[in-house]
Amino acid sequence: MFEDLRNLYQDTIMQRGKSPKHGSRLAVFDAQAKGDNPMCGDRVHVFLRHEGGRVAELGFEARGCAISIASADLMAEAVAGQSDARALEIADAVFAMVRTGDITDPSLDLLRPLAAVSEAKSRIKCATLPWGALQSALAGSGAEKGSVEA
Amino acid sequence: MNALIKPAFDVARIRQDFPILGEKIRGKDLVFLDSAASAQKPRVVIDAMVHAMERQYANVHRGLHWMSERTTEAYEEVRDALAGLLNAPDRSHIVITHSSTEAMNLVAHSYGRGILKPGQAVVISAMEHHANLVPWQMLRDAHGIELRIAPITDAGELDMAGYEALLQDRKVGLVSITHMSNVLGTYTPAERIVQLAHRYGAKAMLDGSQAVVHRAVDVQALDVDFYAITGHKLYGPTGIGALYAKRELLDAMPPWMGGGDMIRSVSFEVTTWNDAPYKFEAGTPAILEGIGLKAAIDYVQGIGFEAIAAHERQLTEHALSCLAEIDGVTVIGHAQDRGGVVSFTMDGAHAHDVATLLDRQGVAVRAGHHCAEPLMRRLGVDSTSRASFGIYSTMEEVDALAAALVRIREFFR
Repeated sequence: MFEDLRNLYQDTIMQRGKSPKHGSRLAVFDAQAKGDNPMCGDRVHVFLRHEGGRVAELGFEARGCAISIASADLMAEAVAGQSDARALEIADAVFAMVRTGDITDPSLDLLRPLAAVSEAKSRIKCATLPWGALQSALAGSGAEKGSVEA
Repeated sequence: MNALIKPAFDVARIRQDFPILGEKIRGKDLVFLDSAASAQKPRVVIDAMVHAMERQYANVHRGLHWMSERTTEAYEEVRDALAGLLNAPDRSHIVITHSSTEAMNLVAHSYGRGILKPGQAVVISAMEHHANLVPWQMLRDAHGIELRIAPITDAGELDMAGYEALLQDRKVGLVSITHMSNVLGTYTPAERIVQLAHRYGAKAMLDGSQAVVHRAVDVQALDVDFYAITGHKLYGPTGIGALYAKRELLDAMPPWMGGGDMIRSVSFEVTTWNDAPYKFEAGTPAILEGIGLKAAIDYVQGIGFEAIAAHERQLTEHALSCLAEIDGVTVIGHAQDRGGVVSFTMDGAHAHDVATLLDRQGVAVRAGHHCAEPLMRRLGVDSTSRASFGIYSTMEEVDALAAALVRIREFFR
């Protein structure tokens, strides 16, 4: 009954947008960055912890729409266990996917629910907001360490 | 059209004047509820601009040839039309700008830096568009002006006692407040705002970007010192707006942009200014847009603001009662006196998602902070969805909005 709505808002987007699995600040992190969309007021703060030269964990705090939160949540899983270089490649693939509507790397099928934003031009920036923050965090990786007091 | 004999308001007939309303969106009829962002254009506006480009166009105010003289004449008619629209005494009170944003920036620069003294204060309200906030912050930082924010009530009305309290030390040189909120739809008590400003020795400006679209405005009755409007919300083209100002203020104020049109004579040593209003108009103006706006003003005046206001009141009341019935939808702003703008939130759904899901059903609304971030914070929301009505909006479109919202609510459950 919601076929006209579901193309963009697939179950994955709806569920993760409502209840993200990684939507919290990491207690210990070694890289972080904020992203915002000044035109709409959405904000995301991404936290990374590395182990053995790889991203061990990603958490985020966000204020935004289902698409931006789902995108951040999927990002957390897509980059976990990856090197920084690979994480940046994945980010590039996402920036390409939201424009072309397709993702060529089969290992990134997890991110495919975001592809439909290519047909909603005004929402592309929602999907890419956390990925831009990830790029910033990795560019300054290790520079800003921090921890949250319990 | 004889202005005295107005045909009965007939929305079906009005809709035929707007070619774009026949467009389909994703196979559905366009339900355009975003006129407060920018209104659609009637055929007469489109035709006036096309006619100018095809038959009668040259630069204005400087050519000595037939085309320039005729174009100047056609362009200057918008100044008379604007004076008529606002009931200004005559065209010399009307500075043509590119937008209401530019009109307010003009006052912030020219009156703000030229007349206000460091240490004086400017009062705005907590429900201003960024265009009536940021220029004053820039003035504050550049010129040592204190910026004071008049509070609003939880209903989204100006807190008049709070406003008056800000004036009482007589340090306020200028008050600049919206005449109608672009987010809440609130009409502010303009006459009272101006009276109080004057009582405490301040000048008053009203941001009429929204108000002028929906009701007759009489700057002389309001006794307001400055009134800013824009053309594109008034069914005219983008890129043109105006500032009404009292003549003695325009005469006292220094120019703010240099260039052609605003000068009387120029040498390398000294330049003398043209008279107001031209003193404030530098460079080739928006000629085609002026011609288009003149047609738009004639068009709305042909319909009449009494009929427009009545139509929009009906739509707004219907929208408020429809939205009140939808579980989980909350209308933001409950002013007694309001125009055709309704902001709302939906529990568990971000305004952008609501707007996108409405769009999927053919309904166009605005969502976000509406260029009023401090207001959003005051209201305790990140963003809202906003439906806004124009002369072509229908009760059926309000029903379509409500039905689409019910579906979205179910979808998000």
